[in-house]
Amino acid sequence: MRTWGPLKWKILVKSKDGDFMDKERSPSQSPRSSAAAVAGGAPFLSISVTDPVKMGTGVQAYISYRVITKTNLPEFEGPEKIVIRRYSDFEWLHARLAEKYKGIFIPPLPEKNAVEKFRFSKEFIELRRQALDLFINRIASHPELKQSEDLRTFLQADEEQRMDRARSYETGIFKKPSDFLQMFKDVQSKVSDVVLGKEKPVEESTPEYEKLKNYIFELENHLAEAQKQAFRLVKRHRELGQSLADFGKAIKLLGACEGDLMEKVFSEVGSKSEMLSIKLQREADNLLFNFEEPLKDYVRAVQSIKLKVGSEEATKRFEHIVRLMNEELARFQEQKTADIGLAFHEFAKGQAKLAKDIADAWRSILPKLEACSTS
Amino acid sequence: MMSSTPAAGDGVGDGDMESLPLVSEYASVASTFDPLLSASAAAASPPSSPPGRGFTPSNTMSSSSFVDPPSYADVAGAGADAFSPRSASASPHSSFASPKRSARAASSEYEHITVSDPETEAEPAATSLVPGSAPTYISYLVTSLRRGDGQPTQVRRRFRDFVTLADRLAEAFRGHFVPPRPDKNTVESQAEGKMPLPGSTDVASRMLDGAARLPRQLLGEETVAAPQDVVQPAKGGRDLLRIFKELKQSMVTDWAGVKPPLVEEDREFLEKKQKLQEWEQQLTSASQQAEALVKAQQDMGDTMGALGLAFIKLTKFETEEAMYDSQRIRAADSKCIATAAVKASRACRDLNAQTVNYLDTLHDHLSIMLSVHTAFADRASALLTVQTLMSDLASLQSRIEKLEAAASKIFGGDRARLRKVEELKETIRATEDAKFCALREYERIKENNRSELHRLDRERKEDFLEMLKGFVTSQCYVSVMLDSTDLAM
Repeated sequence: MRTWGPLKWKILVKSKDGDFMDKERSPSQSPRSSAAAVAGGAPFLSISVTDPVKMGTGVQAYISYRVITKTNLPEFEGPEKIVIRRYSDFEWLHARLAEKYKGIFIPPLPEKNAVEKFRFSKEFIELRRQALDLFINRIASHPELKQSEDLRTFLQADEEQRMDRARSYETGIFKKPSDFLQMFKDVQSKVSDVVLGKEKPVEESTPEYEKLKNYIFELENHLAEAQKQAFRLVKRHRELGQSLADFGKAIKLLGACEGDLMEKVFSEVGSKSEMLSIKLQREADNLLFNFEEPLKDYVRAVQSIKLKVGSEEATKRFEHIVRLMNEELARFQEQKTADIGLAFHEFAKGQAKLAKDIADAWRSILPKLEACSTS
Repeated sequence: MMSSTPAAGDGVGDGDMESLPLVSEYASVASTFDPLLSASAAAASPPSSPPGRGFTPSNTMSSSSFVDPPSYADVAGAGADAFSPRSASASPHSSFASPKRSARAASSEYEHITVSDPETEAEPAATSLVPGSAPTYISYLVTSLRRGDGQPTQVRRRFRDFVTLADRLAEAFRGHFVPPRPDKNTVESQAEGKMPLPGSTDVASRMLDGAARLPRQLLGEETVAAPQDVVQPAKGGRDLLRIFKELKQSMVTDWAGVKPPLVEEDREFLEKKQKLQEWEQQLTSASQQAEALVKAQQDMGDTMGALGLAFIKLTKFETEEAMYDSQRIRAADSKCIATAAVKASRACRDLNAQTVNYLDTLHDHLSIMLSVHTAFADRASALLTVQTLMSDLASLQSRIEKLEAAASKIFGGDRARLRKVEELKETIRATEDAKFCALREYERIKENNRSELHRLDRERKEDFLEMLKGFVTSQCYVSVMLDSTDLAM
């Protein structure tokens, strides 16, 4: 039982047009290394989830993504394949893997539901794309999961090759009503078991196992709290940015009533305010993608582990589980430490830069203000 | 006019102010009830939410959040260097006077005036059926020190007394920008001790602040007998006849059916009025945005603090019974974040205290605008009086002419009519006297308006420059506190 391999978190930067670009890519993803791998003949599998596009209208509307697979592995149909997938198709894959590979921590999916108006906001779409990309790549890096036939189907099946799994366009390619139902039941029972604490009788459990469970449960709580505050902090940055913009505007108008020298002074302060408002919005984006989302990802991972740990099968096979889980967890923890360390670093860097920018901006107009009062 | 003899030397007592005489010896009255100037009262109060103020920083801000404003030199020189934050030792200053206020205070007759120490007292003459439920009121300690005096004077005054003072000042200083007194409701809600005192004392002290600076030109004003009654526009139900006349006149003036003889022709004044209206509009909007800014800064500080707390808990959790090395590393990381976040949260709160302080100028000037409206209203009503009298004169004159014309047609004269004419002529004489006084009053008010506007222009420039400088400086200063050494990981 192995967790997904090392994958560096991609640091996202918003360009001037408001689009998102990666600042750094993990080695397994960079074009250079794939080219090198191809040249060297080493086996590689590189997947990217890109190009979110809104399809359909009204309530039926959804986002479709382009999934590009580049590989030299013989199991695959060809060196490159592009398919169109939507969120529910990723869900299908997750469910299939969870069913087939019961012992393994399947990488988590981003949340299913979103508030209607938020669903199509630029940030949400990008966050989801990023999370889906991470999801599929973690699967591809996992020594066992990457061999799954379902993965291959997911990456290669065209709309025409629906086979008996194909369904109507609205519900995605791979849904069968019974599949759906089963998925629902599984999720339902897992969640309710955990939620209601209705795990199997404890007689087979050991203190070591309990300790593990407690650790996971508590870890989730603490992380969830941290993530909640991180999300709020993003909001605060946006709010402060907005209020600075409004204030700047109002100050300028006030100065216009005065005229002369005063007007210039007011205008300077107002303009600086507006400029800093933009910086704050940028920092809000930075926080969202490079601090809050990694935390969220961490929470998702812990939640999926929690389900595993609390599930029926786990308690039945606890001895075996405990040993493996400890190894798993150790590896998982290391991975997470690296991810989160990076996120923390980004937080610190972003905030320090923001503070400096703010101080510099205001300091630059102080001489003008000073000159005014002495005149 | 009250004519009771002044209660000399009685000022220090708690006598009801309404029995104090209002005579031309304004100075003696003034010394008995000690109008105040208080920048210190405003500062001594913790920045919790007084309703009259408009800014509502959360009540969780303790007194430690009131800090010295950094000087320009400190900030300009700071750059990227290590900066020893003075606000780290945030000490509540009891007499924190912002520079503008002390400059103005220096030219006032009073060294300082403070309103403080609210206390509940029982109504003296009240009887109650149920013991312990006697009606009460709140009294405030008013401490003042005039220049040249050795000892400060202290008296206790209640809200009612402030109202009386405000009314008298309004009467005596028509045309001046007399600062408004605090709202009764503000005070009422504070009577239960729910809201902190600073609200009413702060506005009260500002009112007295302004009052102390009003010129003493009322000294030696001659009392004129009859016309005196007419000079004030009809008010208080004293003269119903006058009220109706003036109402008619103002309607006539409004509908421009008849061209009034005297019209507000001072173009300069009208332009100024228009400009002030625009100014007030923008000021209102700016003060609203300032409030939103303060709230946003407050929220930022709060959430930073909550984030820091969440990470402190995570750190604690990961260090207790750490099973893996990676946990220890993570714990160290999250501890760093926690510290940085908590520090940032404090910096935010400090900044907000400063921001509230400086942007309060916006509110101050809004209340100044209130007094400007009153002053302009004084002018308008004085003008109305003059116009009414003038049209009275015109109609009297035309009546005389008609009577004389009719009388002349009768041979040998018409004794009845001629007697009437004589009466009317007498009335004209009185009315002309009244008009003369009214005109003089109007001119006086006009002059007050003019000089006050001039003063306001100057003070506005000073105040707002001060505000902007302070605002910008405090923003620099606090941001510098969060330098990268705190967040280096």
